[in-house]
Amino acid sequence: MNTGIDVPQIQRFGALYIASARLKSISKWKGIIAAVDIGNPLFYLIAVGVGIGVLVEQGSGTSGTNGIKYIAFIAPALLANSAIAGVMDETIFPTIEGFKWRKLFFAQNATPITGRQIALGVYLSALCRAIFSVSIYYALLLAFNVVEFGPSILLIPIAVLGGGGFGAIILFAAARIEKVDQFFNILGRLVIMPMFLFSGTFFPLSSMPIYLQPIGWISPLWHATELGREAAFDYGVSNLMIAVHLTFLTSLVVIGLTLAMRQFERRLAK
Amino acid sequence: MSKPLISVRGLTKVFGDFTAVAGIDFDVAKGESFGILGPNGAGKSTTMRILAATSTRTSGTVEILDRDPEKFGPLVRAHLGVVPQQDNLDGELTVSENLFIYGRYFGLSKQFIKAKIEELLEFAQLEEKRNVKVEDLSGGMKRRLTIARGLVSEPDILLLDEPTTGLDPQARHILWDRLFRLKEQGVTLVLTTHFMDEAEQLCDRLVVMDKGAIMAEGTPQGLIKEFSSKEVLEVRFGSDRNKEVAPQLSQMCERMETLPDRLLMYTEDGEKLLEQITAAKMHPTTSLVRRSSLEDVFLRLTGRTLIE
Repeated sequence: MNTGIDVPQIQRFGALYIASARLKSISKWKGIIAAVDIGNPLFYLIAVGVGIGVLVEQGSGTSGTNGIKYIAFIAPALLANSAIAGVMDETIFPTIEGFKWRKLFFAQNATPITGRQIALGVYLSALCRAIFSVSIYYALLLAFNVVEFGPSILLIPIAVLGGGGFGAIILFAAARIEKVDQFFNILGRLVIMPMFLFSGTFFPLSSMPIYLQPIGWISPLWHATELGREAAFDYGVSNLMIAVHLTFLTSLVVIGLTLAMRQFERRLAK
Repeated sequence: MSKPLISVRGLTKVFGDFTAVAGIDFDVAKGESFGILGPNGAGKSTTMRILAATSTRTSGTVEILDRDPEKFGPLVRAHLGVVPQQDNLDGELTVSENLFIYGRYFGLSKQFIKAKIEELLEFAQLEEKRNVKVEDLSGGMKRRLTIARGLVSEPDILLLDEPTTGLDPQARHILWDRLFRLKEQGVTLVLTTHFMDEAEQLCDRLVVMDKGAIMAEGTPQGLIKEFSSKEVLEVRFGSDRNKEVAPQLSQMCERMETLPDRLLMYTEDGEKLLEQITAAKMHPTTSLVRRSSLEDVFLRLTGRTLIE
């Protein structure tokens, strides 16, 4: 009997063991991840800052964006969107791989590690990826003079919270997938795309017809974007709405993670 | 006999309206090499997943190292090594990284794992591959690495589900040699297989499983003695004539099985039987005398061959 095995310690830190293994796998892709995380913001900052932003400001000045330059107006949304994309990459693929492709989760679950710890570990490593992506994005915003250093640093935790809220739900959804084929199509075209377009990203949510606004209300991107605008530019969001945004995103994290942990445990025990 | 390490009574597992395991009983003693032999779909893997303290059971009792695996999953799993049917290694990581992170899942110290990795690389004959990405390994190497990974925590029991399925003959022999060494070191092995030669080589004792139930239990030799004759004469007359001559031939031996391509005649003396057949002016196109194997036991018990 191996006396070096400390089960109580594994029960405390198992999720961290999983997260650190995930980070090791993620780090194998560091070149590609860095290229994406630097390239993607650059394209947006150039296209919107130099192209679309100029056009918008020639048309209506900054009257539609509470006096904020157009590129700055959309920056918090781009940042939150980057967190969402990062968290999605690091939850969907490892989860499908873990249950279906390589069945890594079954190997992990053959040790004292539990399904709940695997879910939590994957989630934590995805948050680390989001922090990395968002930090690079924020550095580029500073470099391009889109935001000033100061309270705007809050954009980082806010974006990560937005990504985390969405990621927790996605983690649960990915753990439920039996047939992979249609999942990516549906998710990409019918969830991610409308969320990106209708979450007050490119124009204030209130300028949309009321019947389209609910898309924004349930979108973690909108809640994170509004919080981010308030943190970076005193956008005029009421304290009540700040509380609503924070509660909404935190609830997504708690509910999504609870469901995901239960789903991981059940699926592994089949 | 000391208390068994594994004790299973009335184990049943039902998926929807399909009964995968239908009330089986067995014990595995310390240091024993125990086999579950059966065709695909017999319920072997389901049984193994329950023994591995990961899958839940529908009814019955299971005790592993004196604990119910369903109630004490992590505690039981801390002392098991599991080698699943499909290698579930992390293909993006190297050979030694795979062993390292797996050791960490058992909460083992870095120093312990580092020393253990050296020992396991040697055991798995993968010393030169330590820094190779797992997806670039051959099938046999992946298999050996999966087994090495299962040993990183020095388990009391090693569970192997179809350890050599899908490997070429040479890779299988290397693997058998490695498993035999473990057996010599006193590691308790539980393995499933649908290869009778594997069961004969590696198992001290085995159960024959079919359709979720145990058909027979014993040592490989004991089972052969109990359920088959000493020798088997295999004769072929060509696919059409096999059926014609079958009634006449069946009079000449203890028991006969008619397979699509050949007839198996069970007897104590195969050469003598072949002489009788020739004397009766029946000339098989090919004939072969061999010793009875577990394949014959399975055929006798279920009326089917192991690999269909």
